[in-house]
Amino acid sequence: MFKYQFDWTVVTSGQYAEWLLSGIKVTFELSLLSIVLSFFLGLLIAVMRMSHIAPIRWLAHGYLEFFRNTPLLVQIFFWYFGSYKILPKAFNDWLNNTNFEFAAAVIALTIYTSAFIAEDIRSGVRSIPKEQMEAARSSGFSYLRSMQYIILPQAIRLTIPPLINQFLNLTKNSSLAMTIGVMELTYQARQVESYTFKGFEAFTAATLIYVVISLIITGLVTLYSKKILSPMKAH
Amino acid sequence: MDTGFDFTVILTNIVYFFIGRFPHGTLGGIALTLYLAVISCILSFFGGLILGLMSISHNRIIKYCSMALLNIIRGMPLLMVIFWMYFLLPAFMGRTVSESWTVIMALTLFTSAYMSQIVKAGVEGIPKGQTEAGLSTGLPMWQVMVYIVLPQGLRNMIPSFVNQFVSMIKDTSLAFIVGVSELTHVATQINNRTIIYPTEIFFFIAVIYFIICYAFTSLSRWLEKRLAWRR
Repeated sequence: MFKYQFDWTVVTSGQYAEWLLSGIKVTFELSLLSIVLSFFLGLLIAVMRMSHIAPIRWLAHGYLEFFRNTPLLVQIFFWYFGSYKILPKAFNDWLNNTNFEFAAAVIALTIYTSAFIAEDIRSGVRSIPKEQMEAARSSGFSYLRSMQYIILPQAIRLTIPPLINQFLNLTKNSSLAMTIGVMELTYQARQVESYTFKGFEAFTAATLIYVVISLIITGLVTLYSKKILSPMKAH
Repeated sequence: MDTGFDFTVILTNIVYFFIGRFPHGTLGGIALTLYLAVISCILSFFGGLILGLMSISHNRIIKYCSMALLNIIRGMPLLMVIFWMYFLLPAFMGRTVSESWTVIMALTLFTSAYMSQIVKAGVEGIPKGQTEAGLSTGLPMWQVMVYIVLPQGLRNMIPSFVNQFVSMIKDTSLAFIVGVSELTHVATQINNRTIIYPTEIFFFIAVIYFIICYAFTSLSRWLEKRLAWRR
């Protein structure tokens, strides 16, 4: 094809392999933290979106539409470069003393993904028959308690496959954090490339890792849908 | 710490935001964002059609090869696809490829993988009886697809295609990484030059993206209702 000397030892041992490994670690930390936070934020937005109080509903709707229809990269830049003017000073000082790049990436990923998660949870809730809510309310549960004990536990079970897909998207999207200098997997692959000119090997290693993560998770979701969800729906 | 907002930075650079250096230089800004999105969308429509039909082919080799390719692309972040293209395209073409085309090819490959799922679902949504009827009147398989199944299937896919176009507009922002002067890149340039207005600049381009994307999201919802009603 073209004259190119392959040298896989670049990515399998030594300093550069360590870079890639530390990249994997950062990608995992960034993704897991954002997954947990975006789940709870998404849940909150979903409940707000179904509230009886119109202004709360509108607020949640505006949030959803705005963050879903804006590129993640722009949101990352906004939080990284522009958040100092809108956040309280004490919070800014705290952020500057921590790993600010990492924090900005977590904030952007969490907010972006929570908008998608909220919609998935809402469509899960909609598929629970209305009578369940009515029954819960008539036996004396408040709206929030009915959600908490009766509707959400069932809806979440139905929503697990789309939710996991969102988490997978989040993991892939975490690669954008490299643009503000978070040293995650894509950043390190690029770093290895620019130090060694072995781009083919470095990108292959990074791609393999992403694809393996994605295949494992997709496989588990398929298994869950077949073994647990289908029998449940059949009832 | 300055907490006042000053949006005059937007007004003084408004032309640059919209068309970049256009009359005197290359096209940029919002115009380039839309250009990249439209070209990649048209190409990935055909890419998605081909990959989608391949993945429901009766020929096992074609089917499994295309499914393997789809799984690999869908498992990768778009950023990684852009790096691959940046790296491999010149090697394959034997000459340098412009950054815009690198990004267009990356977006096309990436989105084709997602489009193919829409095509697959759309074709599978057409009752089998249609294909059988077509085949029994003596048409070969490709004609059954082109004249009978696809025209019906494509209509149902329109809303999903529009949604993909919205994702495409958002994804063009990644062209920033290889230095294509689309809207996000233009914003970072202006930010680097003016330094003290990042909040205003990035909020402004977020709003611009939002207006464009929300318009198309609404179009997709409207189409979905309208097409469902006609069925």
